[in-house]
Amino acid sequence: MATTEVRPAAEEPEHLEEIWEDDPGIPGFFSTIDHKRIGKRYIYTCFIFFAVGGVMALVMRMQLAGSDNTVLSPGAYNELFTVHGTTMIFLFNTPVLAGFGNYLLPMMIGTRDMAFPRLNAFSYWIFLFAGVFFYSSFLVGSAPDGGWFAYTPLTDKVYSPGLNLDFWGLGVAFVGISTTVGAVNFIVTTFKLRAPGMSLNRLPMYVWSMLVFSFMVIFAVPSVTLAAGLLELDRLFGTAFFVPKAGGSTLLYQHLFWFWGHPEVYILFVPAAGMISMIIPVFSRRPLAGYLWVAASLVAIGFISFGVWVHHMFATGMPALALSFFAAVSLLIAIPSGVQFFAWIATMWHGAVRFTTAMLFALGFLLVFLLGGITGVMVAVLPFDWQATDSYFIVAHLHYVLNGAVVFPIFAALYFWLPKITGRMLNERLGRVSFWTMFLGFNLAFFPMHILGFLGMPRRVYTYSSGLGWEALNLVVTLGSFAFGLGVLLTLINAVVSHFRGARAPDNPWGADTLEWATSSPPPDFNFEAVPVVASRHPLWDQQPLPVADSGIDDATRAFGPAGAHEHTTPITGGLRAAPETTMRIPEPTILPVVFAAGLAVFVVGLLVQALVVGVAGLALGLLGLAWWVWRIGEH
Amino acid sequence: MTATSPPTVQTVIVAPPPARSRGRSVGWWGMVVVIATEGTIFLGLLSTYFFLRASSPRWPPAGVELPELQLISVFTVVLLASSIPIFWAEAGIAAGRQGTLRAGLLLSFVMGAAFLGHQIYEYTQLSFRWTDNAYSSIFWTTTGLHGLHVLGGLLISLVIQVKAWSGKLSAERHVSMEVFSLYWHFVDAVWIFVFASLYLSVHLR
Repeated sequence: MATTEVRPAAEEPEHLEEIWEDDPGIPGFFSTIDHKRIGKRYIYTCFIFFAVGGVMALVMRMQLAGSDNTVLSPGAYNELFTVHGTTMIFLFNTPVLAGFGNYLLPMMIGTRDMAFPRLNAFSYWIFLFAGVFFYSSFLVGSAPDGGWFAYTPLTDKVYSPGLNLDFWGLGVAFVGISTTVGAVNFIVTTFKLRAPGMSLNRLPMYVWSMLVFSFMVIFAVPSVTLAAGLLELDRLFGTAFFVPKAGGSTLLYQHLFWFWGHPEVYILFVPAAGMISMIIPVFSRRPLAGYLWVAASLVAIGFISFGVWVHHMFATGMPALALSFFAAVSLLIAIPSGVQFFAWIATMWHGAVRFTTAMLFALGFLLVFLLGGITGVMVAVLPFDWQATDSYFIVAHLHYVLNGAVVFPIFAALYFWLPKITGRMLNERLGRVSFWTMFLGFNLAFFPMHILGFLGMPRRVYTYSSGLGWEALNLVVTLGSFAFGLGVLLTLINAVVSHFRGARAPDNPWGADTLEWATSSPPPDFNFEAVPVVASRHPLWDQQPLPVADSGIDDATRAFGPAGAHEHTTPITGGLRAAPETTMRIPEPTILPVVFAAGLAVFVVGLLVQALVVGVAGLALGLLGLAWWVWRIGEH
Repeated sequence: MTATSPPTVQTVIVAPPPARSRGRSVGWWGMVVVIATEGTIFLGLLSTYFFLRASSPRWPPAGVELPELQLISVFTVVLLASSIPIFWAEAGIAAGRQGTLRAGLLLSFVMGAAFLGHQIYEYTQLSFRWTDNAYSSIFWTTTGLHGLHVLGGLLISLVIQVKAWSGKLSAERHVSMEVFSLYWHFVDAVWIFVFASLYLSVHLR
């Protein structure tokens, strides 16, 4: 069976490249469906949105640096905090995690692309169009200004007559399509495209986290789509969902929004924790402690997160029984979070830790997540929440969780995986400077906000009078936020410089254990000429040399070997143990996804400007795209 | 940080593991997940309906004439029954019978279209517009979204019928039929819940 011959690089590399490469130039740009190109696009686009949203935060901090400042008008301030929050949640955090998933997940499970490559491209185009649509509000001078959760009745047509909130509502409903489609893709890819032998208990923890992420998206996003969608029906067509005098309910909006909104926090946190569970073991040079416990914790967080949404509505006057229930469930979530935390500590405790930049970011994450988690437990306690709600304490808490506990892992992931993506190492010294600047800046910026909250400073105020004792702390916050921004800038510079001048990255620069490190850096278009055969949770640690499959003689196993790479196919596996089932043909590059997405974008614009012609044209283009798609289904 | 492993990963060629029986296509699994998320949208709409109903003193509000029950009951049966020819069509093509595929698809298309036609007719007969009050808004929106799903299903059915008539489907190659069949059963099943909530629960009490 197994021969001991060491495989030469690739038998006919030119030929394989020809089979897999995209069309050159602009047509190729629009028609690519390669998960790596799409993943990179996701990540780069997200970082542009991150930079824009970050600059908005800095401008807001300039306004708040001293009392009675006039950098911003009240209206401009409202627009900035709304667009900042919406950008960071919908256009940076969520899609950047999907982007890393797009790039990494197929390689981690040892396959050549996602289960639905065209859908994958479609999801990117929707995300891009939704982002551009949202930001075009600045061009017409009416950026959304109702806060990132856009509560009614403030956001009704009566109180917000302009187009501002329509950009928000339509944009949020639109970008939800992208997130949902991506989640469908991740789930089916994970269940059906794993390398042979990769049973569920050998799944890399990051893949587990993306699986939980995707299931949460599937069941949570419909709720925010409804919240934003019904709000838009109210605003555009005059329905009465959230109009109390016509029998509607403003509380209904809050329920719909937070039924997504709270799972969303874990939708962001779970993949970030998954990244940490990959990085800490590699730099502790030992397997993750308590693998099954950590996986079970991720799943438990997924379930529990759907039972906590009312803790965002503690101050709305609900029955005491409901409040107690949701407070208790909110406290419960500390348990699976704590299990993961101790697993990370135990991994390091028994390991030999190497302090690379990626590891520093992971350690920084542990500290800020600890603080964010503790304040989370505090606001889950009813009497405390009634005091702290809508104060800067909440601003501090949510930034420790959503900025600290998500952005730090994303930066750790950048230092860890960018060498695989670009084939170039990042500069470690600049990375360390960037980390310490970000870490100190972060705590300087967000820790004093807790105290400001206790001092009574409400969130979303565009200025404050002198004599309230808030000036000194606000100045510290502003200085800290600029330091944090500088730290981020250093990493962005690091990434750009390394792209051109970084040291060449070997296949596996960190001595890591999972399959994405088994292929070259950057990987070839087909990822694996022959698919690895997995017999361990840590294939690159336990299986040296790494067994790869040859092409079997039948349909079920043909795609595993080089024949699969030459025929533009990838294997389908099934069951818990990922046994071979059949062969999937990977579709050729096509502009179908971008056409379909553009049709939907035109439809959304038609709704915005209430132009029947535009809406019908967009809908027609979209339906045509759908029909074309069904026509092109390969029928295999 | 210097590299701690050899520059390239050493590999060895082995035979792939034994196969298990061929399962459902990835497209079918994808549709299962899409149905989960679409179902959640309808669950959200029906929850919205009952939330609004529970927080109103009178349901439907005073002066609202309920949509009548008899005709819609008939067309409910028509819609649910349209799943049967879809079963025939799918089983037919799985056995290579092109005629059963074409007839089944056409019959279910006509039944679905009849349901949609009645829904449009019902809209013209309703005594309330969707802007009147929360009841009318949720009624129009829920039935409207379901109607859009029927319309989308009819469009997909048309494309598959063209494929069926041009001989593109066979016993081994009919993934689009397999996926569409699942979708159509879902659209039918959702109507049971919509019908029970929006029509039955207000008429029969």
